[in-house]
Amino acid sequence: MAEAKKKFLYVNRKAPYGTIYALESLEVVLIGAAFEQEVALAFLDDGVFDLIEGQDTAGIGMKNFSKTYRALGDFEVRKLYVERESLEERGLSQADLMPIVYEDENEDYAEKPSIHLVDRAEMARLIGESDVVLSF
Amino acid sequence: MSTLHTVNKSPFERGSMATAFGHVLEGDAVLTIEDGVYGVRKGGTFAKTIAEALARCEVYALGPDLAARGMKPEDLAEGVKVVGYDGFVDLAASHARVCAWL
Amino acid sequence: MKFGVMVNEGPYTHQASDSALQFVKAALAKGHEIFRVFFYHDGVNNGTRLTVPPQDDRNLQKQWSELALMHHIDLVVCIAAAQRRGILDANEAKRQGKDADNIAPGFRISGLGQLIEAGIQADRMVVFGD
Repeated sequence: MAEAKKKFLYVNRKAPYGTIYALESLEVVLIGAAFEQEVALAFLDDGVFDLIEGQDTAGIGMKNFSKTYRALGDFEVRKLYVERESLEERGLSQADLMPIVYEDENEDYAEKPSIHLVDRAEMARLIGESDVVLSF
Repeated sequence: MSTLHTVNKSPFERGSMATAFGHVLEGDAVLTIEDGVYGVRKGGTFAKTIAEALARCEVYALGPDLAARGMKPEDLAEGVKVVGYDGFVDLAASHARVCAWL
Repeated sequence: MKFGVMVNEGPYTHQASDSALQFVKAALAKGHEIFRVFFYHDGVNNGTRLTVPPQDDRNLQKQWSELALMHHIDLVVCIAAAQRRGILDANEAKRQGKDADNIAPGFRISGLGQLIEAGIQADRMVVFGD
């Protein structure tokens, strides 16, 4: 008997490199992709910094894991919700973020954006519609 | 289908309490645990934040964490309820999901 | 109700492990089931048997191990996080060519899939962290 899919929401509120939470959260997402549940990632507060374009870690001796976000489309993870207010509070806009896309097999593999900007109220609703909320 | 939000850090240390309140929907509950209980003391910088939140959701503090920190129920902002770990379990069971604001 | 619990921090430095332990005990006392406790990030450090905490304070590892034994609770330490932080069982030590292992009784090392499975199988997931 097939179980109903659950909606997993991975909540990312911490910036990369200063702590490991952003990286290890991503590692859960990659493994979790194999379980064929409904997956969405939320980026709010300092979590929006995880998606900034142009991360160069050479000088700090740490692995640059930002390109892994770009590969999420290959893992069927297509919903990256970024909170508008969190961006604005930090002087950022969507233009500062990495372009992350997935290929839509229903539309001749056309590239579509995985990042969806949502306002705080919408983010609250997304939390309220999830079955499992994982915080890191 | 409501959410139990948990807040475990002091709002003077981290913005997680403010963020949690910013993401609450009608019918949700917020439970402060660990250092989060400092955020629901009466008076102080966050008194207004708590009062506004109470208009939209239930706010709780974990009793054992209060006691550990030398706080009594009467030290809390009016409207904040105290529960034990058993109450924490009940809240987690009675809401559809738990969202931890770390 | 079936609860899944996630512990994101190690013993003592943060209250997360204590809070999780108290929550689990309260849930069991109320007749609920604990599907799994999954230790991630520094939470894997709850699973070493080599701690020697002060005698006049709680022994978190022992408390978790005893809980696992008495109530048949599945304590899972994430293998990826454990490898980073040096928590090994005998198999892992052999596999990785290390000269010792340190996993505490009642804990087992397994993959992140166990966390996802807990999310799928449990009615509620509760996360304790920093």
